Amino acid sequence: MLIAQNISKRFGGVVALNNVNLELHPGKVNALIGENGAGKSTLMKIFSGVHTQYEGEISFKGKPVKFKSTKEAEDAGIAIIHQELNLVPHLSIAENIFLGRELTNGIGMVKDREMNEKTEQLLARLNLSINPNTKIAELKVGQQQLVEIAKALYTNAEVIIMDEPTSAISDKEVDNLYSIIAQLKSEGKTIVYISHKLKELFTIADRFIVLRDGSTVDSGDMSDVAQDELIHKMTGRKLSIERRDAAINTAVELLSVKNICLKHPLFKSKNILHHISFQLFQGEILGVYGLMGAGRTELMECIFGLHPQNSSGEIVVNGVVQKIKSPSDAIASGIALVPEDRKLHGLILAHSIKSNISITILKKLEKWGLFLNAAEEKALSDDYIKQLSIKTSSNKNLAKNLSGGNQQKIVLAKWLATHPKILLLDEPTRGIDINAKAEIYKLIKQLAGEGMGIIMVSSELPEILAVSDRILVLADGELSATIPISEATETTILKHAIQKN
Amino acid sequence: MTNALSSYKQTLSRFQSLIALVVLCIILSILSDKFFTADNGLNVLRQIAVNICIATGMTLVVLTSGIDLSVGSVLALCGAVAAGLLKNGIEIPAGNLFIGFTVLGAALGGIILGSLLGWFNGFAITKFKVPPFVATLAMLTIARGFTMLYTKGHPISNLGESFAVIGTGWWLGIPVPVYIATAVVLLAVFVTQKTKMGRYIYAIGGNEQAAKLSGINIKKVKIKVYAMAGALAALGGIIVTSRLDSAQPNAGISYELDAIAAVVIGGTSLSGGRGSVWGTVMGAIIIGVLNNGLVLLNVSPFWQQVVKGSVILLAVIIDKAGENKE
Repeated sequence: MLIAQNISKRFGGVVALNNVNLELHPGKVNALIGENGAGKSTLMKIFSGVHTQYEGEISFKGKPVKFKSTKEAEDAGIAIIHQELNLVPHLSIAENIFLGRELTNGIGMVKDREMNEKTEQLLARLNLSINPNTKIAELKVGQQQLVEIAKALYTNAEVIIMDEPTSAISDKEVDNLYSIIAQLKSEGKTIVYISHKLKELFTIADRFIVLRDGSTVDSGDMSDVAQDELIHKMTGRKLSIERRDAAINTAVELLSVKNICLKHPLFKSKNILHHISFQLFQGEILGVYGLMGAGRTELMECIFGLHPQNSSGEIVVNGVVQKIKSPSDAIASGIALVPEDRKLHGLILAHSIKSNISITILKKLEKWGLFLNAAEEKALSDDYIKQLSIKTSSNKNLAKNLSGGNQQKIVLAKWLATHPKILLLDEPTRGIDINAKAEIYKLIKQLAGEGMGIIMVSSELPEILAVSDRILVLADGELSATIPISEATETTILKHAIQKN
Repeated sequence: MTNALSSYKQTLSRFQSLIALVVLCIILSILSDKFFTADNGLNVLRQIAVNICIATGMTLVVLTSGIDLSVGSVLALCGAVAAGLLKNGIEIPAGNLFIGFTVLGAALGGIILGSLLGWFNGFAITKFKVPPFVATLAMLTIARGFTMLYTKGHPISNLGESFAVIGTGWWLGIPVPVYIATAVVLLAVFVTQKTKMGRYIYAIGGNEQAAKLSGINIKKVKIKVYAMAGALAALGGIIVTSRLDSAQPNAGISYELDAIAAVVIGGTSLSGGRGSVWGTVMGAIIIGVLNNGLVLLNVSPFWQQVVKGSVILLAVIIDKAGENKE
């Protein structure tokens, strides 16, 4: 179907791919596995015509190809569905599907009705019954993803590449996605499925291809391999998450949240969060679990002062009531937030590691209240690079050139630099590789051991169970359960998370 | 090997505008024997001093991913008010009071007015979320209108010899405006490269959301930046007024375009977060040298405009090409 031979690709001095060889089997779900920075995305961007400069050869359906643009790749029958979806929010579903290939009549007018009809047929194939005129912005992420798939179907794509398709959708939507993948497979489509979630791959994939440090390490049938073996192939070693003996000191209450409510920004009568109250103790790791739309992120944002107008309730830090109306108020009270989307909210991608780390404490780095102490700033960033083992040759490298795991460490570093008493982590391991995950878990536990109070929001149950001392479950904006870790299982947590619906 | 090559390329792109300037100077020296002389050099520097002041303020604004279209009008209004203060003082009929102004007082008055106008721009942009393009476009018209009202459409002239020193004086063989522009540039370089404020400016332009979540008071920084741009435009207005010994009601028309051109040629990205004051200085000198050279070569003023526009376009194309290679 598609055979790649000796593919190499460099970015400046960095080797992203080094002699990659692989073959996609037709009509199968081919899982592409590897840590972040292993080269998966780069490889897929070559297949789909995003990167046009590379060494090596690709043959597709027996013919050598070299795509000069994504359009060429699409025309040949390869479509990619990016992790960050590529849709125009203010256009309708139909307009998005036909974007750049609008159906027009003789004098160049677009044929709306015909496009809408075709869109409806495409959506029907994906079990999605929505008016084709609906704006993308009004759809849930899972639905938007289906629109991307519909787009690929319209172009008659034979190879559909899905990059981390389940990273932003709910479990129910994941099930729907699986059934659609199965259907596409039965229609003879070849799927390339990129994911970090190994469990998923054993459910959905037929074959695996493992990339490590820009080279193909192994490939074969999913049925012939066990999860531990795959991890070993990816990382070169086996991974285990150890539970720790919690060092919680319930005598010291770091944070007490009382009656937090959050109004919907547009519909004031609707509440996103309803009367949420909880406490956080010294040295405790509090896991927060909830399905999409349960209000996990919003709860963190309220505590961090991001909704001063619409939120109400009381936040008590170290026994003192704090009026937190902005992030700087929150920081002053000793609270830090590592946001869910590190690229959008955590980092200034085009700036250096150094200035990303120091941004939260520039005030402290000022000399005589006048200028920044450059030596101190450098020492600070080098210190965190070492402490968190951020893989980089220099603190001057730009944040955008690092892998997801290392980027996340920069975000952690910039917040640790403020020496917070309370650390809020929103999906701290989203989209990062197993190795970096393990390092971040270790760090979280170490910080709690030093007495920091940590709230970790996660949509991955194994993660919640592995790291937390106590678990809060949110459902529909309400606190539906508080479960001590000794009583927590995946089933009990899920039961409380889907309680209402 | 590749590392050495890429760092060499980086250095090359950093000094892109400097290299362009040197090449331009060599070409003009060959074409005209009047070009490469000390007199002509000082002449060019004196001519671009005003644009350097304005463009430095513009750089700060653009680094936050904003724009300030009002600088030309602010220049005119503040120049006129400084001239008015100097010449007529303030009379308050009710209390039968008269306040006179020294040269320094009048200049300071103009600069304070400039920073207030800039502050107002920043206030409209941050408080009411008016896009910078629109807010400063409105100020462009409003400040021009006030200039006309204040001057009643007539120049305010004969401002005295001590005021004329600002725009026409020389000290140690170098024109006074060149000293002023140099001081402005050095201060702005210090602020952008060495201070917290500078970091905040780059951070806001680089990723406003991340900057906000890092605890930076975005509104405060932006308002300060627009106030600085206004103050620097006013300073430019005082130099222009002093140079002509007259505040013209239509002074500074389209100066914002020259300032933006200098910023852009200097490699500062209009989407913010990337660029430098040094780049802008290079940009302003390139425009100045180009103007000067074309005059020396007797090129028609109409062609001068075509050439200037093409250079702006070329500068951005080269800059973008370098960016895409990364």
